[in-house]
Amino acid sequence: MSAVEVAAVEEEDDLRRVIDDDGKVISGASVPKISDEQLHKLFDTMLMVRIIDDRMMRIQRQGKLGFYMKSLGEEATHLSVFPLRDDDWVYPSYREQGAWFWRGLTIEQFLNQLFGNKHDPTKGRQMPVHHSANWLNCVSISSPVGTQIPQAVGTAMGMKASGTDQVAMTFFGEGTSSTGEFHVGMNFAGVSKAPCVFVIRNNGWAISTGTEKQTAAKSFASKAVGYGMPGIRVDGNDILAVIQVANEAVARARRGEGPTLIECVTYRVEGHSSSDDPSVYRNPAEPEAWGPRDPLNRLRGYLKGKRLWTEGMEKDISDRYNDEISKYLKLAEEHGEPDVETLFDDVYQDLPWHLKEQKEYLLSQARTKNPHLHN
Amino acid sequence: MPIISYREALNAALREEMQRDETVFLMGEEVGHYQGAYKVSQGLLEEFSERRVVDTPIAELGFSGVGVGAAMVGLRPVIEFMSFNFSLVAIDQIINHAAKMYQMSAGQFHIPMVFRGPSGPAVQVGAQHSQSFESYYCYVPGLKVVCPSTPADAKGLLKTAIRDDNPVVFMESELLYNSTGEVPEGEHLVPFGKAEIKRAGKEVTLIAWSKMVEVVLEAATELEALGIDAEVLDPRSLRPLDIDSMVESVKKTGRCVIVEVGWSMCGLGAEIAFQLQRECLDYLDAPVERVTSDDVPMPYAKNLEQEVMPQVKDIVAAVKHVLYLD
Repeated sequence: MSAVEVAAVEEEDDLRRVIDDDGKVISGASVPKISDEQLHKLFDTMLMVRIIDDRMMRIQRQGKLGFYMKSLGEEATHLSVFPLRDDDWVYPSYREQGAWFWRGLTIEQFLNQLFGNKHDPTKGRQMPVHHSANWLNCVSISSPVGTQIPQAVGTAMGMKASGTDQVAMTFFGEGTSSTGEFHVGMNFAGVSKAPCVFVIRNNGWAISTGTEKQTAAKSFASKAVGYGMPGIRVDGNDILAVIQVANEAVARARRGEGPTLIECVTYRVEGHSSSDDPSVYRNPAEPEAWGPRDPLNRLRGYLKGKRLWTEGMEKDISDRYNDEISKYLKLAEEHGEPDVETLFDDVYQDLPWHLKEQKEYLLSQARTKNPHLHN
Repeated sequence: MPIISYREALNAALREEMQRDETVFLMGEEVGHYQGAYKVSQGLLEEFSERRVVDTPIAELGFSGVGVGAAMVGLRPVIEFMSFNFSLVAIDQIINHAAKMYQMSAGQFHIPMVFRGPSGPAVQVGAQHSQSFESYYCYVPGLKVVCPSTPADAKGLLKTAIRDDNPVVFMESELLYNSTGEVPEGEHLVPFGKAEIKRAGKEVTLIAWSKMVEVVLEAATELEALGIDAEVLDPRSLRPLDIDSMVESVKKTGRCVIVEVGWSMCGLGAEIAFQLQRECLDYLDAPVERVTSDDVPMPYAKNLEQEVMPQVKDIVAAVKHVLYLD
C-alpha cells in the first residue's frame, strides 16, 4: 500500500461512530473490547471531570481561583489515553483533565496545582491547569499553543532510536493545526515514522474563532495526507469510537508503522476559559444543539443497555467526588503559600552566584503580604 | 601539543563526547551526509550512524522542539543551527521551553541540550546572516551562553556544554573555523564562568569574546608599539559571567574597554560596565568605554561592512580615550 493510499481521508459519512446519541450500538459497528470494570472506570472518570470542572469554575467565579478551563462536552476525547501503557508519554494541551486523572493524577495534586500553594507539585511556578507530572510521564503544559507537538515527536523519535516500543501521544485543539509547530511536528513524524499519536480535539472554537477561519481543508484529519500518515475522523462524543480509534493508532505506532492523526469531532459547550464569554460571538442555539450528543449521557445510555448503570451508582460516584473535592479544596486553601526560599530553585541545576546573592537579599527583607491571598 | 583548527577542535569534542556517552546525538540540517554546512560534523555519520547523526527536514522550529522532547526522555541532543541567525524561527522552543521546562515543572524535567552553530558577522553575507545574538540568549534565566575564541576553548567548552545538565547556547564564529592553535588531546574541559587572560598587561583591560578577541589582540600589539600595555580578558562563557576576574583585572589597570561585535543598545557590554562600576568604581581612572558595531542592520558591500564592525583602529582610539591621550 502506498503512503497516499494509507493517508486516504474518510468521507463525512465515514465519521467513525460506535454508539448513537442514546448510547445504542449503531448497526454494523464493531464494539471495542472493554471490560465491565473498565467501562465503570471510564464513566467514573468522565463524571469526575464534569463535577470537578463545575466546582472549580464556581470557585473561580467566587474569586478564589485566578483562572480555570472547563471541558464540558469534550470529556470523552481525554480518554484517547485509554490504550496507553504507564511507560508511554503524554503531551497534553490544556483541556484534557480526564487524561491526567486517568493516568493517576489525584484530586489533591490537581487542586494544589490550581492554588499554586505549598504542596503544588509545580511549586507555585505555573498558572492553573498547567500541570506537570514526571511520575506519570505527562509533560508540563505549555501556554503557547502547539509547542508540545514537535516535543512529543522528539520523545517518540528518541524512544524509537533507543529501541523501545513506547509511544507518545499529544493533544491539541483544531486552532493549533494552523501553527507552524503543527506543520513541523507532523512533518518530522511522517519522515521519521515516529511512534506518535496526534489527537486533535476539534471542538469548533479557538476562543472566538470558528473552524471555517482555521482551514480551507475539507477536514482537519485530511491534513494528514500531506505528511504521509493516516488521518481518522471520529465522533469525539462517542467514547467507544474514541477508544476504538486510539487503540488502532497506538497499536500501529507500537508496531513501528508510524504516526496517526486523529480528529475528534466534538464541541466546546462553554467558554474557552474563565476569561471568556462566548455569548458575545456565537449563537446560544449552537451549544443547545449539541446537548443530545453529550458524551457522558451517551455512555450512560450504553451502560444502561448493558445493565451496568443505576441511579444509585451515579449518585454514589457524585457524592464520593464531591466529598473528596470539598475535603481537598479546604486543605488546598489552608496549605498556605510556597516557601519563598524555593523561588530561586530549579532555574539551573546548581544555584549560580547571582541567584545566591538575590536569595540572600530576599531573605534579609521583611515579607510582602500577598495581595491576592484571602485572610 | 597538536595544532589543529577551531573546526577540528569542535569536531574532536563532538566525537569524543559521542564516544563517551551513548545518549549524545547530533541533529540538524546537513549534519550527516553533507558532513555539516561548515564541516564541523566531518566523519561523524560514518562513525556513529544515522541513529546518532540525524539529518532533518529544513525546519529549525522542528528540530529544536524535537530536541527538547528527546531531552525529556534522557537523551542529550546537540542541535546544530546552520547559523544562529536562523535560530530566531525556533526561539520559542529555546526560550519558552528548553530554558524554562526545569523551573516550570519544579525540577521534574531537565533539558540537557546544546544549541550550537556559527554566530556573528562572516564575510559579506548581509543583514540576515551577520547578527550576534548572544545578548538575546544571555537575557534568559535557565540558559547558559558560551562563545569560544580559540581552538582549545572551542574543544574544552563544547565538551563541558555537552556534559552540562542545563540547556547551553554555544555560539561559534564562522570567521574562526579555520583559525589554528594548540589543543590538548583527549580529556580537556574548560569550565563555564571562568575568564581567561589572553594577554597580560598593566594599563588598560580590554574585554572581548569570540572573534573580537583576535581583533583586540591585534589592537594590543599596536598599542604596545605606542607604549601602552593592555591586558586582554576573554570571559569565554557569557552566562555565567566571571565578573570577579574582570573586577580583579580592572582593579589592577584602572581602565576598561569592552569590545563586542553586536549592537550597543542592551548589549552584554552594558551589563559588564554596570557590574564594574558597582564593584570597583573607586579603582576606575576613567569611565568604562565600549566599542560595538554601528547601530544599523549589516550592509552587504565590503567597505560598508568593514566600517560597521569594530576594527583595530576603533579599539586603539577607545583605549587612547580612556587614557586621556586623545
